[in-house]
Amino acid sequence: MFDKDPRFSDSLSTDHLQEAARLMTVCNSCRYCEGLCAVFPAMELRRSFAEGDLNYLANLCHSCAGCYQDCQFSPPHAFNVNVPQTLAKVRADSYAAYVWPPAMRPLFKRNGTAIAGIAALSVAGFILGFALWHDPAVLFRGGSFYALMPHNVMAGLFGAAFLYMLLATGLGLRAFWRDIGAQSLAAGTASSLWQAMKDAARLRHLDGGGVGCYNEDERPTDRRRIYHHLTFYGFLLCFAATSTATVYHYVFGWPAPYGLFSLPKLFGILGGIGLIVGPVGLAHTKARRHPDLKDGAARGMEAAFLLMLFGTGASGLLLMILRETPAMGVALSLHLGLVFALFLTMPYGKFVHGIYRFAALVLYARETELQRPAEPPQDRS
Amino acid sequence: MGETWIRTDVLVIGGGNAALCAAIAARRRGAEVLVVEKAPKFYRGGNTRHTRNMRCAHDSATDTLTGPYTEEEFWDDLLRVTEGNTDETLARHMIARSKEMLTWITDQGVRFQPSLGGTLSLGRTNSFFLGGGRAMLNALYRTAEDLGVQVLYDTAVTALEIEGGTFRCAEARASTGPGNEAGDREGDGAAPSGAPMRIEAKALVAAAGGFEANIEWLKEGWGECAENFLIRGTPYNRGEVLRMLLDAGVEPIGDPTQCHAVAIDARAPRFDGGIITRLDCVVFGIVVNRLAERFHDEGEDFWPKRYAIWGRLVAAQPDQIAYILFDSKSLTSFMPSLYPPIQASSIAELAGKLDLRAEALSRTVAEFNGAVRPGTFDHTIFDDCRTEGLAIEKTHWARRLEDPPYYAYPVRPGITFTYLGTRVDTEARVQMRSGDAASNIYAAGEIMAGNVLGKGYAAGIGMTIGSVFGKIAGEGAARHV
Repeated sequence: MFDKDPRFSDSLSTDHLQEAARLMTVCNSCRYCEGLCAVFPAMELRRSFAEGDLNYLANLCHSCAGCYQDCQFSPPHAFNVNVPQTLAKVRADSYAAYVWPPAMRPLFKRNGTAIAGIAALSVAGFILGFALWHDPAVLFRGGSFYALMPHNVMAGLFGAAFLYMLLATGLGLRAFWRDIGAQSLAAGTASSLWQAMKDAARLRHLDGGGVGCYNEDERPTDRRRIYHHLTFYGFLLCFAATSTATVYHYVFGWPAPYGLFSLPKLFGILGGIGLIVGPVGLAHTKARRHPDLKDGAARGMEAAFLLMLFGTGASGLLLMILRETPAMGVALSLHLGLVFALFLTMPYGKFVHGIYRFAALVLYARETELQRPAEPPQDRS
Repeated sequence: MGETWIRTDVLVIGGGNAALCAAIAARRRGAEVLVVEKAPKFYRGGNTRHTRNMRCAHDSATDTLTGPYTEEEFWDDLLRVTEGNTDETLARHMIARSKEMLTWITDQGVRFQPSLGGTLSLGRTNSFFLGGGRAMLNALYRTAEDLGVQVLYDTAVTALEIEGGTFRCAEARASTGPGNEAGDREGDGAAPSGAPMRIEAKALVAAAGGFEANIEWLKEGWGECAENFLIRGTPYNRGEVLRMLLDAGVEPIGDPTQCHAVAIDARAPRFDGGIITRLDCVVFGIVVNRLAERFHDEGEDFWPKRYAIWGRLVAAQPDQIAYILFDSKSLTSFMPSLYPPIQASSIAELAGKLDLRAEALSRTVAEFNGAVRPGTFDHTIFDDCRTEGLAIEKTHWARRLEDPPYYAYPVRPGITFTYLGTRVDTEARVQMRSGDAASNIYAAGEIMAGNVLGKGYAAGIGMTIGSVFGKIAGEGAARHV
């Protein structure tokens, strides 16, 4: 029923990309979904779909599944139009395609196992490190963190991990930005960045065009959006907790511990709760998600990232509760190990979805403003 | 197998827009409602799945409509497209009631969006469903379920007991087994094979659509050539309920031989190819038949206006097939469609790929090219690009086919809906041949569209007929409780 189509490039390198190109051709001749989200208006600006275009559209998709529910041609129809699932597969492939350094590509293959392994190793590393550095008994004494690890060492180690994360995701972002042709429209303007920030902050497109998103059945809800907000803002609050504490320490010379109503504590407690409830909710909805909507291969990656976030939030709160008890040393090792592993593995897992989605939203804002499509570069490396 | 007995207040047969509007309206009036839909759940809703908008009169612009559309203007449009084949009382009644439908439909959970993309010309008159017709249906079903309307899918009504003008009960059967998956290209729809049911109700709303998927019935009007027709909607619109009503003495309305036929891609599946197999490119090239001859003025009128004539024209050609030919300068001038065009570097090669005689096609193209007069091409107006000296002229938008590669789309008639239906009054009650109104039988949607739309088509009017008469029918049916 579907012969090779002269209208789109036959140079698409994977089955997932070819299926995405087929679907975009189907969707472009229907356009009933154009009011649902950003993907379809962006698609309508195009007649043919190069790899860069498809990777852009795939990362623009928030997987709300509104189009799947609304489509007269979704499975079991013979046309087999399943946009959310196909774009999810292209999206997952794109994370590996843009990764820096490219040698890390295999990390995406069995991402769950890889990240679990790295996390376990860093936790063990901290426990062992503390035990070897000091008398092992110091692990079980409780009280001050800095007895286990001087503040400067801690800041230096985590600063380095954080900078590495920034570097690796930044270079991945640069590859993505180039490949989707964002430069052809000089897309990074202040107004498109501002628009993308608003769209991302509200998860405007995780909304099925206004009803909510679909997950396990035909009833749209706001659950995934709420859980994602809890996770995202929980993460930001935890980050804010660490940052304010660093400022307190270095700028004001106020060393930890801080009181319950201090900013680092408040941010940390609220953020930690968000990082517990949000990932649990997301994992729960993910488990119940309709099989037609899931990219089965990416399951490990999603679970691993949620688990890392959950672990970060839970171990942080645990540490706060246990800090005066003999279990403090182990709890601190657990927390530091998880945070360290989280930073190190961020460029190599589900975290990058936020980076690429934000970039796609920036380009979308620019395309919407100019009403013309970006042109991906011809010379793909 | 034992027979299941079901008692309800209102039985609604069908599962599209009209049926759901009727079910919701009746339920909101306090009636117990059972909807019996022949299709499986995914294919529920008949042609509504493939619709996109509805045409309602309104006195001022709204969030999603760019300006007013008065009752009088709506009536003028209807009169024009039907060439007078409409019941003025019913039509004006429908148009007046259409005004409240935008609000009512929104209250049932349906959402609208501004018209975008290739549909801007309808932005003032038509309200577009956000997400399209299936999204609209899904919203209606959610509302109906929340209100407590019962829905039976995969269930075909096999007989109606009607005495005089009074409905007593219906016989139905669930269809079982994999034969029901509407991949069933053969179009026998679901063969009812499950347990028989006897459904007694105080009133009946027949909203089960037309018979466009019933090739045998189409042959009664079109002869054997209907074998080559493609059906744009589901295989379930077979007209059984319409037939039962007519057999029970209901008065028919509408031309039994007519249907709405457009030219669609010949490679489309026999059923349910929907919107994505339509081709908007006739005006950009020439159209030839199996003999490689042109047979109609491709530049007669703007595409949307003449949408429906090309199905009919192709149906009259040998083997009911034709080929739209154009060259590279037109490739991206029209909405893309599902299948890629067939491509060749010369007309002779294209003929080979289409299985046409190369010399005949080359001659037709050469004659056409030779007759094209100079002009300024503009497909948005009646331009001055035309031919001179051909037996069949192309009166606008004529440009030589001279820039390879050359392209072709094979097309066949694609049947959208049929016109034959049951006559109704302004209460949506069906009329008996005896001259009386039936006491408790109502009809809504395509099964009675012929009352208003006896000929032709205007975008979105099928949904107006369905919603307006569906709601009226449901409210009327609820009065029998």
